[in-house]
Amino acid sequence: MQGANWEYLVGHANYWLFVTLMMTGLYIVVARGNFVKKIIGLNIFQSAVIMLYISMGKVEGGTAPIFPLDGEIDPAITYTNPLPHVLMLTAIVVGIATTSLALALIVRIREEYDTIEEQDIWEAEQEISARERRQYGEVFGEAGK
Amino acid sequence: MSGQVAGDALAGHAAGVVETATAAERALGLADHLPVLVVLVPFLAAPLVVLLGARRLAWPITFAAAFFSLAAALSLLSGVLGGDAISYHIGGWAPPLGIEYRIDAANAFVMVIVSAIAVAILPYARTSIAAEIPARQHVLFHALFLLALAGLLGVAATGDAFNLFVFLEISSLATYVLVAMGAYRDKRALTTAFNYLLMGTTGATFFVIGIGFLYMSTGTLNMADLAQLIAQQPGNRTIHAGFAFIIVGMGLKVAMYPLHLWLPGAYTYAPSAVSAFLAATATKVAVYVLLRFLFTVFGPQYTFEAAELTWVILPLALLAMFAASFIAIFQVNFKKMLAYSSIAQIGYMLLGIAMLSQTALTGAIVHLFNHAITKATLFMVIGAYVLRAGGAFYRDIEGIGRVMPWTSAAGVIGGLSLIGVPGTAGFVSKWLLVQGALEKGWWWMALLVVASSLLAVVYVWKGIETAYLRAPREDVDRREAPLTMLVPIWIMALSTIWFGLSAEWTVGAAGTAAEALMSGASQLLISGGAGH
Repeated sequence: MQGANWEYLVGHANYWLFVTLMMTGLYIVVARGNFVKKIIGLNIFQSAVIMLYISMGKVEGGTAPIFPLDGEIDPAITYTNPLPHVLMLTAIVVGIATTSLALALIVRIREEYDTIEEQDIWEAEQEISARERRQYGEVFGEAGK
Repeated sequence: MSGQVAGDALAGHAAGVVETATAAERALGLADHLPVLVVLVPFLAAPLVVLLGARRLAWPITFAAAFFSLAAALSLLSGVLGGDAISYHIGGWAPPLGIEYRIDAANAFVMVIVSAIAVAILPYARTSIAAEIPARQHVLFHALFLLALAGLLGVAATGDAFNLFVFLEISSLATYVLVAMGAYRDKRALTTAFNYLLMGTTGATFFVIGIGFLYMSTGTLNMADLAQLIAQQPGNRTIHAGFAFIIVGMGLKVAMYPLHLWLPGAYTYAPSAVSAFLAATATKVAVYVLLRFLFTVFGPQYTFEAAELTWVILPLALLAMFAASFIAIFQVNFKKMLAYSSIAQIGYMLLGIAMLSQTALTGAIVHLFNHAITKATLFMVIGAYVLRAGGAFYRDIEGIGRVMPWTSAAGVIGGLSLIGVPGTAGFVSKWLLVQGALEKGWWWMALLVVASSLLAVVYVWKGIETAYLRAPREDVDRREAPLTMLVPIWIMALSTIWFGLSAEWTVGAAGTAAEALMSGASQLLISGGAGH
């Protein structure tokens, strides 16, 4: 029984890694107040998914999926599944686009708010909304005026 | 090799068309390429607009591309209304290995909605963004608009799960920037866009994880193929987990009630034209994806019997209908009120899905259409108010009904449709939902639908009272909105009435779509055989 459990743990090593990375990334996105750190968390989260896909493509005993130049494929050779890898190329591109856009937004936020701390920005925005409520909210207090 | 096509989706599309076109022996005409051209034309027009860089050319190119997509989508819809499906193989690679574009009544209908809204909003946007965005950004605005449009159309057109993710991200990334462009009026657009990006990316990544789990257990990404293979392994835990990831990920994009936090800010602080476009299309396409996965890929039986999803979605839908409507009542900003009302209206669509009957599902799909034109009308009206009165607060629009009678009248029509008054589009879909509830014997549900409409009466009345029963403010621009805005607004308002009075077309198309979805996988396989 003990042996079987050990096998289960080691046999799923890539999934443990994936789960840990994924939850670490997601936790950082939620728990960190600094916007740049949030983006780092998002990157870790996305990398975890890349790990999941890459490890999923592995075929036991398989080699790199590169066919010989002459195109004569030896059916005895086992190749690793290349499709997940290719999918992840696209996912990496998407990830880079997202990160660069997020960083650009952070620069603009810094210019407007002078901070990239969630708490400070939240307070600044609460102040703006409170002012708006004072300024515009009494519309329905004074009927027909 | 096919993996390359699947993975490098964007390059694949461009190469695909050329490749099939040069295959002379297949002699495919332009019409046969419509399923891909409908996406490709706006997609290629976007870099063209940027490369030309001329502000005078940006708008005509954008409009022409959107118009082409509308024409193509309409022609596709007319081809599939009989209940068939069109299968298009990108680059001539046969599915399930190659990417397949599969057009049936459900997604052709969604493509018509998206492209029609784009065509209607573009003339309006020209005037609206001139006032809200600096001139040097106009070219980029149009390019982003095209990318968002192409992404949304691509999500609808594709029959490949991973390709869907790529298009989802194309449209989302464009949308984040479009929302952030509202920063020229209100700096909160930036933080809103940032939050939207965090939540949207998290949602999309959840979706990819789900797709990964499905691929792990089936070895395919083609939706029809997935449907067939999933049906063979009913007890597979990996597929269950994938299902959960996909629903939560899409729930974020749909703004399903507890996952809606990105929506109010995004709609409030985005430029008016962007709010109108987003409110009418982005969440609707996400609802379509949800439908596609619940019904086609997993099949109604899997979704609702194995996962008992009715009892998950139903409470959330009801919560959205009441809580979001309630919050909408207490807003001081008209635009934010509409945003919360959107969350409530998405609740109706989810309700139609959760009830799991032909009638209710038809109601949900019709509501998708009706709410798109209703909300487009209202957000465009608000945009006209912002142009003249300078803001979207109730305070800014006091008495504006007398200053801008035409704009306000269109707003009233939109408001009535939002409530679901007979004679407007909103009535048709709510009627179908009530009918669906009664068919199931859920009279309490029918009452709840009516009760939540009463909340809509309250917030719509608040707007009407402010606009009509108060003295106009002295310090505002006392002119009617310019014709370039007024005409699109009225086209939308009149179509709200038109589709309220003659509902055969919408209900018919939605009925065919619902039928195809309800019969699920089996239907797909029959028509899929013909496509190969």
